[in-house]
Amino acid sequence: MTLGKASVSGSKRVGKPSQGVTRENARRAYRLMLEARVLEEKLAVLYRSGKIVGGVFLGRGQEALSVSLGVHLRKGDIYAPLIRDQAGRMAFGDTILDTLRTYLGSSLGSMRGRDGNIHRGRPAEGYHAMISHLGAMVSTVCGGLMAKRMRGETGAVGATCIGEGGTSTGSFHEGMNLAGVEKLPIVVVVANNQFSYSTPNERQFACADLLSRAEGYGVMGRRAVGNDLIDCLGVIGEAVSSARSGEGPQLVVADLLRLVGHGEHDDASYIPEFLKMSPLGEDCLDLARTKMLEIGWLSDDEVTDWQKIIEKEVEENASKVLREPAPDPSEEDWNAFSSLDPQQKQHLQTGGRQ
Amino acid sequence: MSNITYLEAIRLAQQRVLHEDPRVFIYGQDIGVFGGAFKATKNLAKEFPGRVLDAPISEDAMVGLAIGAAVEGMRPIIEMQFADFSTCGFNQIVNQAATLHYRTGTSCPLVIRLPSGGTPGGGPFHSQSMEAIYAHYPGLIVMTPATVEDAYTMLLEAVAIDDPVIFCEHKFLYYHLKADRLPETVLPFGKARIARQGRDVTVVAYSAMVHEALAAAEELTHDGYDIEVVDLRTVRPIDTDTILASVARTGRLLVVGEAWPWGGVAAEVISRVATEGFGLLDAPPQRLNAKETPVPYHPALWGTHRPTASSVANSLRQLLEL
Repeated sequence: MTLGKASVSGSKRVGKPSQGVTRENARRAYRLMLEARVLEEKLAVLYRSGKIVGGVFLGRGQEALSVSLGVHLRKGDIYAPLIRDQAGRMAFGDTILDTLRTYLGSSLGSMRGRDGNIHRGRPAEGYHAMISHLGAMVSTVCGGLMAKRMRGETGAVGATCIGEGGTSTGSFHEGMNLAGVEKLPIVVVVANNQFSYSTPNERQFACADLLSRAEGYGVMGRRAVGNDLIDCLGVIGEAVSSARSGEGPQLVVADLLRLVGHGEHDDASYIPEFLKMSPLGEDCLDLARTKMLEIGWLSDDEVTDWQKIIEKEVEENASKVLREPAPDPSEEDWNAFSSLDPQQKQHLQTGGRQ
Repeated sequence: MSNITYLEAIRLAQQRVLHEDPRVFIYGQDIGVFGGAFKATKNLAKEFPGRVLDAPISEDAMVGLAIGAAVEGMRPIIEMQFADFSTCGFNQIVNQAATLHYRTGTSCPLVIRLPSGGTPGGGPFHSQSMEAIYAHYPGLIVMTPATVEDAYTMLLEAVAIDDPVIFCEHKFLYYHLKADRLPETVLPFGKARIARQGRDVTVVAYSAMVHEALAAAEELTHDGYDIEVVDLRTVRPIDTDTILASVARTGRLLVVGEAWPWGGVAAEVISRVATEGFGLLDAPPQRLNAKETPVPYHPALWGTHRPTASSVANSLRQLLEL
């Protein structure tokens, strides 16, 4: 097989990354990456032991890119993460507890067993819950930003993530075009992980470089090295900063490799060895640790301590959630309509009949 | 005021909600300075700067935008240029807007206006009736106003409701129907209306078919029959109580819909009456829908494709003989 052209075009950037790459940011980002990695390993165990139903979708190998968006967002921003964004979600305020509750279908989780796994969010707090239909969240984030603009609120940004496969959808195209037309402060991060489930890039898109699409949409395009935390922090930091200061939509494209299957049910046998051995296949968590140890932003002892603390927290939370009540069908209101009075709800649900 | 058309009622309702509620904005193709393909937003962009906005030809993104804005507390109205084009935004409507409250507990208050139904020369892609498709999905309220008064008050209500509302306004009624004044009081959504009282047959209809049913009922007075016409007003929720009460009076049921019969609103009404009011029926319940082809272009074909007063009257005569 051959790689899509975008994946071998190497790294080049618009400007030199500077904003967002601080010792404090990088340390926070690394710790969140570690949290995501440890938590996701536990999710895989719970899946293999039959505790989690449906599927488990991991972000292994994409944590650096994901977290780099999350750490640059703040309260009041809008964030619509996608399937491989556990690290970014944690940075935006999601928790180990709610992740476990949603995967295990706990009635105490934000989705109350009504939806699961990566379909998790608190939309009223700006944390959107993705639908499976790729590209749909781009325009949804645009809508939130339109609302803020109409109310005269400034300074907030919206952000969403997608894979290279998702960029083939009409929904992505419409959303990006709309973002450009409305000049909204949105950052869209494309993780080009070379395979959309099993489909390689040459069967996914024909353009030489996904970044070239930015020009077509009339938005700023930036490239990041997807498995290099420091690079991602810098590039995405600049993108978020530009959007926040009114420079319009930002498209960030990052090449990397998914180091797991599409989900835990998938052995990823279609990913060739040479790719795994290439720079794309280097684990972003290892790379980040090596680099940060080198420049003195981390110590081995700290990493060991963090790992222990996180493992303990994940285990404690998992034990807690496994003891929590499952949703009770007899207590479910089975009502898809919003906050109307009980009589109206009854009417809506049954069409007036008891 | 006098001679207010169905279309003008829709424009006036939008003007009122824009005036009264700062959360409201309208987004759709050609609705800004141009005032919309049908002029349902005429002069509104000028009166409410920045709140009546031209959208790119991107139905998916238009609805996605409305969902995001609704989550942020706004009350967006999306104008689809024709109901037919809402299929291009179908995914956002049924998978995101309709599921949001159930999944997340966050409301999704938005209105999608669908200029619906056939007109002479409309053809396959500018004539469709989409109400059954959307009513199928839990979480969507589907309104089908048949009168100028309902077009006005139900649109006001649609904006006030915390759920996504599919507002099926009929293009054939835009200019044909007129009212002297607009009502201040309103029959709540989800309640059907007895449009004409009778004792021999219940005709359940909605949207433009209410008027065909009323004309047929008038025709049958010459045969000595007294036909009751129920206007559903909202197809979801559907007012089964009013339908059953009417069938209890008449013992016979004909349901008329401009949409195709397969899995449609007429089928739903008959299913409910058969399961919940079988003993009320003196004859098998009947339905009259469009013919099962795409909506044809030529007026002669179109006029036969859809139910008309004449075909409704024929169906009624047959039902009365059963």
